[in-house]
Amino acid sequence: MTELENKLMMATKLAARGRVSRRDFVQLAIATGLTATAGNLLFAKALRAEPKKGGNLKLGLAHGATTDSLDPGLYYDQFTGTACWGTLSNSLTEIDSTGSAVPDLAESFEPSDGAKKWVFKLRNGATFHNGKPVTADDVVASIMHHRGADSKSAAKSLLEPVTSVTADGPNTVIFELTGGNADFPYIVSDYHIPIMPKKDDGTADWSSGIRTGPYILEKFEPGVTATFKKNPNYFKSDKGWFDTVETISIKDVTARTNALTSGETQYLHRADLKTLDLLKQNPNVVIFEVTGYGHYIFVMNVTQPPFDNPDVRNAIKYSVNREEILQKVFQGHGTVGNDNPIAPTVKFAIDPQPQHKYDPAKAKELLKKAGLDSLKVDLSVAEAAFTGATDSALLWQESAKAAGIDLNVIREPEDAYWDNVWLKKPFVASYWAGRPTCDWMFTTAYAADAAWNDTFWKNPRFNELLVAARAETDDAKRAAMYAEMQQLVHDDGGLINLVFNSFVDAHANNLAHGDVAANWPMDGMKIAERWWFAS
Amino acid sequence: MHPIVRTVLQRLGLGLLTLFIVSIVIFSALEMLPGGFAEAILGQSATPETVAAFNKEIGLDRPAIVRYVEWIGGILQGDFGTSYAGAGGNIKRHVSDLIAPRLYNTFFLAIMAAVIAVPLALTLGVLAALYRNSLFDRIVNSVTLTTIALPEFFVAYVLMFFFAIKLRWFYSLSTVSESTTFLEHISRAALPAITLTLVIIAHMMRMTRAAIINLLASPYIEMAQLKGIPRRRVIVHHALPNAWAPIVTVVAFNLAYLVVGVVVVEVVFVYPGIGQMMVDAVSSRDMPVVQACALIFAATYILLNLSADIISIITNPRLLHPR
Repeated sequence: MTELENKLMMATKLAARGRVSRRDFVQLAIATGLTATAGNLLFAKALRAEPKKGGNLKLGLAHGATTDSLDPGLYYDQFTGTACWGTLSNSLTEIDSTGSAVPDLAESFEPSDGAKKWVFKLRNGATFHNGKPVTADDVVASIMHHRGADSKSAAKSLLEPVTSVTADGPNTVIFELTGGNADFPYIVSDYHIPIMPKKDDGTADWSSGIRTGPYILEKFEPGVTATFKKNPNYFKSDKGWFDTVETISIKDVTARTNALTSGETQYLHRADLKTLDLLKQNPNVVIFEVTGYGHYIFVMNVTQPPFDNPDVRNAIKYSVNREEILQKVFQGHGTVGNDNPIAPTVKFAIDPQPQHKYDPAKAKELLKKAGLDSLKVDLSVAEAAFTGATDSALLWQESAKAAGIDLNVIREPEDAYWDNVWLKKPFVASYWAGRPTCDWMFTTAYAADAAWNDTFWKNPRFNELLVAARAETDDAKRAAMYAEMQQLVHDDGGLINLVFNSFVDAHANNLAHGDVAANWPMDGMKIAERWWFAS
Repeated sequence: MHPIVRTVLQRLGLGLLTLFIVSIVIFSALEMLPGGFAEAILGQSATPETVAAFNKEIGLDRPAIVRYVEWIGGILQGDFGTSYAGAGGNIKRHVSDLIAPRLYNTFFLAIMAAVIAVPLALTLGVLAALYRNSLFDRIVNSVTLTTIALPEFFVAYVLMFFFAIKLRWFYSLSTVSESTTFLEHISRAALPAITLTLVIIAHMMRMTRAAIINLLASPYIEMAQLKGIPRRRVIVHHALPNAWAPIVTVVAFNLAYLVVGVVVVEVVFVYPGIGQMMVDAVSSRDMPVVQACALIFAATYILLNLSADIISIITNPRLLHPR
């Protein structure tokens, strides 16, 4: 062992006790021949060794509106998601850093009858913030909150396949599904489905804000802040390190950046990519980038001409210069998409071949095959779909010319874009936050009968496989089926996946964490539960 | 009846009519906007069934006329209705409860900015008139014109950079709540108040200066000067009283701006005022909240203009005794 490596080992021990700054540590790591990223990881690992109690965490979030509600069915964005779910509540399961669904309020879950029946055993000793123990009845009430004819919950369609949910004794909940679903534990990890106490009339009590999470709600001012204090009786003793947590809605990105650099907050949600290099120079700030499941896309309605011809669709797919758009519009923060909606980090993801790269010659050839010399199509875009949609479309317009495709970019009003343009116009910009499983993503947006099937694609083989794979519990067989399905979407679907976007955030350098989950920004929106102050 | 009382009553009557028309305009404008509250709140995840259930619960399935009549009936009894957000189950968020703290914050900031800006603008205006065309006059003019010409958010960022990040004298975030103490509220609202001061000061200062200079050409001022009264006294005691009318009008206009036009400053400093609330309410089509905000804004304009007129009448005896 060289002297430098010895030093690094000592520094690792010191870092664990919070005695070395990240900067010094990384410099030392680079000196021993590691890359800066590896050094950062090593530092995080060293810090992870000993989480510490205490401190007041303040998060500056880009989301939040005065119309926000404590009703989990209406949790709209990552403000309510982080504050009223990740900080305040627990679902039956959660997604861990490897992307698997693991027990949260549940202690274990077991499928039977071809994954049509799921039995969830609850943890012993978990209590609500008012001291009441969590029982199966509370779980049933919380699930029923999203179901029924009057439900206005965003999770209603998610729970559609559930035929019944019943309590079997105080600690067991049984779900019966219309068809087998091996991924059901992922469904109940959704942030719209936290467990709430049951009221005397049998409904779930969402309005009091009494939940089970690591922090107790002190004050919720919609669109401004939510403040929390530590829950001393939290059922996980190794989670929830902060004394208090405050989530602040700061929509203006410059103000959000200033709040972090002036020390008013310790976490910056959605950093400004244009000024990221300046922020990087600040020694007290760490840039925190995670590639998630979200993807920026353009969708073609495959039932309408000219998109009803697969060759035209593929010609259009080959006319996009994804690499150029990623570099110029998103400053390289993401991964190029390959017309597969499943993110590379999701279980069973494949990279379908041939890769859809910019190839104007191939696009022309495909157009010719479809009997066309040139093509003129309208493309509807708005920044409401994703920030950078307009710029991406305009860059694409240029590159598509070489392929003989004349893209007419129409800027649609931002307001009510999802209502008037998406699912209505034949060729539009869109966004999916992504889902943690193949089945969930496909069922949401690619199944023949899905309400949000935004490509209107109804491929019989795909839909047959979707049902078969859902009930299959043998991983090897599922992998084969999902691979075929991804290939089908790639070859035949109406999806143009530009990029998988990265969550680019920043935080104060005294915040420490373990391996982070990628299903949502901010460690799966559970930063308050999972992170801590190293010093 | 005293002429002032008559004017006040007349104007208040007209004001009520204006408010009524404003409410109709805003209501129809919101109706014409595409999408509804349910679609706005559910966003991409809206399905026809959930939207229908939502609309039924908040009563949006009924005709617009019925909803308007119900709403205005409530207003006449002093009930501003309930926000669509958080409506559901047994929880109702009354518009008045939602708006009251925000309105307090807005008025707090407006008064704070006015307390700094108005005396400063008047003093600078008088001094600029007094030392007309001097170096002082030119500096004051160019500085105030520069700050009004810059966009508010830019002024805000510059102040934030120097006073919050470099010098660390003030907070960069102005989040306040009911538990904030009065003194902390003042220090939290300091940067937004200074920003607003810089934005409104030029208008008032220039009007003061122009009104006084205008009067300096009058024969009675010449008379006063010939009597040998010092210049300073001529301006403050002889010119200023007659210049009040235009100055007060401009001050009222700027005060109204401080209440209704500061949403950009609110967003930059994360100050929970009423502007941000109205913007959120418009984008989510939360009609009761939008209506209440619009009425408050319209009433602010009407009342401030009325007080400006009354002050001009009182300061000008000729208007007090019309023949």
